Amino acid sequence: MSAVGAAVDREEQRLTELDSAVGDADHGANMRRGLTAALVSLEREGPGSPGAVLALVGRRLISTVGGASGPLYGTLLRRAGKELGTEETVDAARLRDALRAGAEAVAQLGSSAPGDKTMLDALFPAVEALGESGTDFAAARAAAEEGAAATVPMRARKGRASYLGERSVGHMDPGAASSALFFAALAETAEASGRSA
Amino acid sequence: MLINVPETVVADALRGMAAAHPELTIDVENRVVLRRDAPVANKVGLVSGGGSGHEPMHAGFVGPGMLDAACPGEVFTSPVPDQMARAAAAVDSGEGVLFVVKNYTGDVLNFDMAAELAEDEGVRVAKVLVDDDVAVVDSTHTAGRRGTGATLFVEKLAGAAAEEGAPLERVEAVARQVVESSRSFGVALSACTTPAKGGPTFDLPPGELELGVGIHGEPGRERRGMMTSGEIADAAVDAVLEDLRPDRPVLALVNGMGGTPLLELYGFASEVHRVLGERGVAVARTLVGGYVTSLDMAGCSVTLCRVDEELLRLWDAPVRTPALRWGV
Repeated sequence: MSAVGAAVDREEQRLTELDSAVGDADHGANMRRGLTAALVSLEREGPGSPGAVLALVGRRLISTVGGASGPLYGTLLRRAGKELGTEETVDAARLRDALRAGAEAVAQLGSSAPGDKTMLDALFPAVEALGESGTDFAAARAAAEEGAAATVPMRARKGRASYLGERSVGHMDPGAASSALFFAALAETAEASGRSA
Repeated sequence: MLINVPETVVADALRGMAAAHPELTIDVENRVVLRRDAPVANKVGLVSGGGSGHEPMHAGFVGPGMLDAACPGEVFTSPVPDQMARAAAAVDSGEGVLFVVKNYTGDVLNFDMAAELAEDEGVRVAKVLVDDDVAVVDSTHTAGRRGTGATLFVEKLAGAAAEEGAPLERVEAVARQVVESSRSFGVALSACTTPAKGGPTFDLPPGELELGVGIHGEPGRERRGMMTSGEIADAAVDAVLEDLRPDRPVLALVNGMGGTPLLELYGFASEVHRVLGERGVAVARTLVGGYVTSLDMAGCSVTLCRVDEELLRLWDAPVRTPALRWGV
């Protein structure tokens, strides 16, 4: 999670620039505010299992980010955390299944599907690219980045960008971009630790 | 910009508001603005909220005859569920609470989550979604029409019903009637400046205007060369009437977007009256001013609400808030 926080810190400006084209220029700032609060909570509460970590971060994002990204990212992580339960160690395949359940919860909450030019266009391909074993982190990172890039020519059907209609075409979706950062951080962490994230 | 740092803009404003309006209770840390006498016995509570940057909406509409509580989010970012749930608990007298929600994805999601939290605490919650902006085609290809100026009408009229002691179902029904009877159209002459970005949110060269803008500085339907006030009134009112087709008198809100002076707004209001007269629409009441703004954006919007005698009576009912005040 701290790698995600660092990635968002680093890329805040870019996320905000992307949001400036199709939204209201604050996606980077909002995500940074939420992740900073989440990291403080992790430090303070020291949750005992990977599932508890994800659930806590999810709850904090819901209670600090606001906008659409707060509930959507919060639901992604909270649902994934719930799927993992309270076990102290989690293998990669379970993490993949939990992230898939999280992505499905996001789709349901936003009544959205891939192709709508949202974070789902990066999330779903990345989860699938994790593969049978759930360990293909590099492939997931690449799939998320491709998924984000694929939102550029799309016309937004959900969220504030949908109000732009045709004028949303030609801009990357900020939520897909931040989702790609999430998988990039996961890949970096996996590389650094040899396996678990 | 007249700010310290972007991070404290909302809290700084709330502290100033508390200083200027001792008749409100302002919880700066949790970002809840309350009527000082909340919860009012035997009265349905009205709670609204949304991103900051639209002042005086919503905090400026808190007081007798209108909202019981407002929850300001970050600039142009919906508040979080904890704020609304806290507000609902603070204003609930046992008669239930109505959430007035503008139709933006973030507001809808956060208010939905807040309603769950509040209901877990035993508060009866009803929600009404305001979606009045005719510049957005309401289809499966958008998130639906945006909520803009009609929010003021909903909060005033449902607020008056609640103040009279109407039950939750009735207050909700009034709010829905107002939503169904109201449509808006906005025009920007300049982009707005958000504190976080420090520059214009979209690029609008001088001498051009953007028709069909929302209240977040998001670009609109169409860009044109500069028009006269009268030409803008023709375009805005016709866009609203195309959708609303009123067979009754209307309330008219001639709203400034934050960076347009009253001199220009009153001039524009006279043009709006001219167009409505030419189209055979009677105007029952007119409100002119910057009420639902978009930071420093220059521009205006027109909202019309088709009213019957009952809605007109609720409009004239006393209201005492920082930004809207009459009959008391």
